[in-house]
Parts: sequence; C-alpha cells; structure tokens
Amino acid sequence: MHVIHLSPLDNVVVLARSVQPGDTVEIDGRPVAMRGPLGLGHKLALRRIAAGTKILKYGAAIGSATCDIEPGEHVHLHNMRSDYLPTYTLDGARLYREGR
Amino acid sequence: MNTIRGDAFLRADGRKGIRNTVAVVYLVECAHHVAREIQLPFREADVHLIGFGGCYPNDYAFRMLEALCTHPNVGAALLVSLGCEGFNRRGLLDAIRASGRPADTLVIQETGGTRSSIERGREWVRDVKRRLEATPRGPLAPHELVVGTICGGSDGTSGITANPGIGRAFDRLVADGAACIFEETGELIGCERVMAARAATPELGQMIVDAVAKAARYYSVLGHGSFAPGNADGGLTTQEEKSMGAYAKSGSARISGLIKPGDVPRAGGLYLLDVVPDGEVRFGFPNVNDNAEIVELVACGAHVTLFSTGRGSVVGSAISPVIKVCANPETYRSLRDDMDVDAGRILEGRGTLDEVGAEIHRLALAVAAGAKTASESLGHQEFVLGYKRFDQVGPACHPAYA
Repeated sequence: MHVIHLSPLDNVVVLARSVQPGDTVEIDGRPVAMRGPLGLGHKLALRRIAAGTKILKYGAAIGSATCDIEPGEHVHLHNMRSDYLPTYTLDGARLYREGR
Repeated sequence: MNTIRGDAFLRADGRKGIRNTVAVVYLVECAHHVAREIQLPFREADVHLIGFGGCYPNDYAFRMLEALCTHPNVGAALLVSLGCEGFNRRGLLDAIRASGRPADTLVIQETGGTRSSIERGREWVRDVKRRLEATPRGPLAPHELVVGTICGGSDGTSGITANPGIGRAFDRLVADGAACIFEETGELIGCERVMAARAATPELGQMIVDAVAKAARYYSVLGHGSFAPGNADGGLTTQEEKSMGAYAKSGSARISGLIKPGDVPRAGGLYLLDVVPDGEVRFGFPNVNDNAEIVELVACGAHVTLFSTGRGSVVGSAISPVIKVCANPETYRSLRDDMDVDAGRILEGRGTLDEVGAEIHRLALAVAAGAKTASESLGHQEFVLGYKRFDQVGPACHPAYA
C-alpha cells in the first residue's frame, strides 16, 4: 500500500509511507515517479485539479487549488490554500505576513 | 455492575478518583518558587504543582483552580500565596474545605519568607499524606469515568490512524456510560455543519455552529489559526484539513451537550468543550499550547486524557494521567518511550482501526484502575493556566438535563 484514498469523493490521496526522489508510487493503478522526498501523510493529486477547485479529503473541502495541479503532483502550501485562515509555516513566514 | 477497580478514592460529592494527589498551588508567580520547592521532595509521590501566575484577579482562573482542587483525583490542597496578590485565596480555601478535603493556605509574607515557608509547606504535605492514607475507598464502574481527548503535534497521519482510533475508543466508552469530552472549537473550523447534524437537538446543533463561528472570528482577529509549522511539515496544509482529522477523535456518538471549561458533565455521553472565550477578543490566544487545553479538560472532571500525536508530543499533565496515542509509525519508532499506543501500525498493515480503538479503550480502563501511563512514569506534570473570560452556558447546551 503506497497511498490511501480516504473517501471516494476525494481528489487527493495520502502517502502511507515516506518516499525519496525517483521512487515510484502507484496511484489509481498508474505508476507515478516522485520528484522530491515526501513524508508519510502528505497529499498527492489523484487527478488533474483546476485552479480554484476545492481540494477534497475525508470527503470534505479542505481548501482550494491556487493553480492547476497535475495528477500525482504533491498537493501542499505551494498549490492550495485555506478557505478560512492563512497557514503559518517557518519557511512560509513571508507568505503569511503578506496575508496569502 | 462492571467494576474497573474496588479501591477508587471516594469523594464527598459522589465522584471517584483514580489517583489521590496532593496539589500544591501557587496563587501568583511570586509564590511559584516557594510552591515548587515545597513540592520538589514529593514530586514522585503524587504531589503535583499547579497554579496561576497573574496578580490581577480573573473569574475564569478562580473557577478553574476551584474545579482542579476539588477534582476527584485530588485528595488535598495547599495554597501558597505571597500575600498581596489579587487572587481570592479565602474563597478558594473555603470551596476546597467545603468539599471535605484537607486544605490550608501558606502566606509567605506572614510566614517569615522563603526558607520558613518551604519548611512549613513540606511539613504540611508530609502530614497530609499520612491523613490521605485513610481516604475512603470503593468500587469504580466505567460509567463513572470522565475521559477527555486532545491532539497535539498533528501531522498527515493523525486524522487517519490515532484520531479515528480514539473515536472508536470514545464510542466504546460512551456505550459504557462514561462521559467523553472533545474540544478546541478552533480546530473544528470547517466541521461545524457535520457536527451540528450529530447534536441531540436542533438548538444544540445551532449552538455548536455558533461556537465554531465564534472560534473562527476569534482566530481571524488574532491572524493565526490553531496551526503550528510542524503541522505543515507533516503534510497538513490548511486549518480545515487539520480540523477534519481532529474531528475524527469524537467518534460517532450523538453529541449530548456543549460545555465550557470547569463544567462537569452530569451524565454519560459525548460533550463538546468550547474553549474559545466569549465576548470581544482579549487576553490573547484562546489556549497558548496543548497543556492549556488539557488543564481545561481536567477542570471538566476528566480522569484521564487521550492524546493523539503525529509529530511526537512528549507532554503529560498534572492531576490526570495522559495516554499518548501515536499516529505516525516513524515517530513511534523514534519516541517509543514516550508513547502508550502505536496507532500508526495501521499504515503498515500491522493492525486495524478497530483493534487500535479496542486497545485504547482497554488502556483507558487500565489507567483508571491504577496503571501508569508513559508520561506519568517519566514524571511529566505539565500545567499552564492563563486569563480568559466566559459567559455561563444556557439550558439549551444540556438538552439531556432538561
């Protein structure tokens, strides 16, 4: 098991183990090459997600895509945002200050 | 009757303790050192240090210390006052004595200062510990338990393994007749509608929606959600994603009531604890860290707290033991000594959610029966209490009592 598809409604899956660049992860029967190291618990796009579309996990909206996201791509702070509150990270302190 | 243990500590108000702790309580930061020195020789002998640092009085802080000093896990309390602070020490002492517990106040300014106050305090603790050997004992059943839950250091695994595992354990405990409390309305932003649909009455459902809206407003003014940088490192991207995972801790039972810090559920069932202050934003963040939330669960009578962590929190708590449920199997391997349950094994095909839920349920009852948790064994007794303001809850928050 590489990834978990939590709800049939979801357009993302969750990594069930950590991956390294070059590792291949099977998503929906298709092999996808990982570009960077990712810890377990991170999200990958199950299919193409257009900018502005809700990201669905647990069958619920957890935010919106800020750009087009390709199948298998890492879904995180760089391509989605909260519909409620800005997310604060140490690396992203600049984005937070700009209120993005 | 299904009995967890035959020798629980019986209190005059009918509640029963799973520990018989002596609380040493500083009533202002200026008395903290003396209180800590009094407690030090007894720190591995069920004597815990709690207190309030502020000099200005605060109704919430009073109510919290009253609830904590009369918690069923507490057998006696020594209040340590500098002498000039604003805390209503006479009111607190009266309330503790009225509960039938041995209690006294040591005023440093009237006891000759630091050295003699420490000596007098230690003598008091030694004496009261002998008196507590005669605490009445009796049987404890699962329906007499209050169990809280919290998550801290969450990551992308928390909502998949440990939180739903705790949810399964909560379902079992509610079925046992226990009162179960989940909390942090700020970490439920985005779940308000699904949650309201589980409320015992439509009125309660609306109050839950309002409580979450209050939390969203509060955090928006502060410009920062209940979200730490480590949450994002662990794969969580947004507040509402963290919320959906956190919400899984509540299990699937009907929500029986909405309570505020210091309200003790009067019947079994599932309760939501509203931790976000009422009124305009003041005094800063609702809860400055995980332990501020645990303290509020304990003030609501929690005998034991189920703590889910993915990144790896090591904290415990004063007064009520904390069971650590580790969501992430990699974290479990690196912080094994600090963890009680390896819920992340689900991700590695070494167990199912039902098995993890059953294990957490068994462990909660074992800890209630006297078994020590990992954080208890390691000496964790964290405590933090700050300023807040709450309005009292109305009758619609407790439809079951009507």
